[in-house]
Amino acid sequence: MELHLLLLFMIFAAVVAVEVKDLLSSVIAVGSVGFALCLAFLILKAPDLAITQLVVEILCLIILIRATLKKDLPLVIEGRWVFNTLSTLTFIGVFLFFAYLALKELPAFGHPLMSVAKRYLDEGVSKTGAVNIVSAIILDFRAYDTLGEATVLFTSVIGIMAILRRPGRRKIE
Amino acid sequence: MKQAMPGNSKAGMSLIVKTITRLTVGLILLFGIYIVLHGHLSPGGGFAGGVIIALSFVHLMLAFGKDVAVRKFPKDMASNLESLGALMFLSIALLGLLGGSFFLNILGKGKPFSLFSAGTIPLSNIAISLKVGVGLFAIFLALVILEKAKKEE
Repeated sequence: MELHLLLLFMIFAAVVAVEVKDLLSSVIAVGSVGFALCLAFLILKAPDLAITQLVVEILCLIILIRATLKKDLPLVIEGRWVFNTLSTLTFIGVFLFFAYLALKELPAFGHPLMSVAKRYLDEGVSKTGAVNIVSAIILDFRAYDTLGEATVLFTSVIGIMAILRRPGRRKIE
Repeated sequence: MKQAMPGNSKAGMSLIVKTITRLTVGLILLFGIYIVLHGHLSPGGGFAGGVIIALSFVHLMLAFGKDVAVRKFPKDMASNLESLGALMFLSIALLGLLGGSFFLNILGKGKPFSLFSAGTIPLSNIAISLKVGVGLFAIFLALVILEKAKKEE
């Protein structure tokens, strides 16, 4: 259910990103597609991919916004220090509260963390037939992650070829 | 680096480098193919083997200049092969749908430690090596062509 909502939101945001006239709004819409994709990965139980997507999305957004905006954003702080301090303190409090809840759930120091990995090690050979356990994991148990990484590489190669091709350079000159 | 050499061609490095390259580049390519094909038996796999294959062509390009490498491996062929690798990996994933779910290993498991074992894993390794190797080589090629275009200006 949440997944379908997220997918609808991503389609909507992508259409907005293409159709909107303002360049900065378009960049923000593209960023929202990326963050929704990150949430979708979390729902689909692929945390590694979600972390990668989050980090890459932040970097891309920073680069795109820096490329879109010609000058620095004006930072207005005069006369609003009460609101700023209060909101900062509130967010620190909320963060600490949720961090406390999350840290309480962690297993105690020294306990086995890798209950899933242990299963991979025990059943890797019998279930996949591959002797190299790394291959068995990345191409069988975790093949979704590998597919995501292959897609990332494919997209980056296409991007580099599109930017560096010669006809595009000729046009500018 | 670009000095006029008497002999076969003008581009590239000196005669010593060219001779050594002629002797070693085939072995490097073979080693990459070995790493890919034995990805499910020994350390390595599609990604590492693909990078080694790409490096063998980069080696050729560094030693003999751009034109020799491009004649051996044109840019159109590079983009076609890369797309082929991506499609191959995706179709292996879709093949699992025949058995019930995405990425299911439907081929026979075979005997462990033999070359033809582990079902779809060797095929996935080949697809990834094609994608990674050709993709990295294409990036290098694009950068070299850009450098050359800059010099011509």
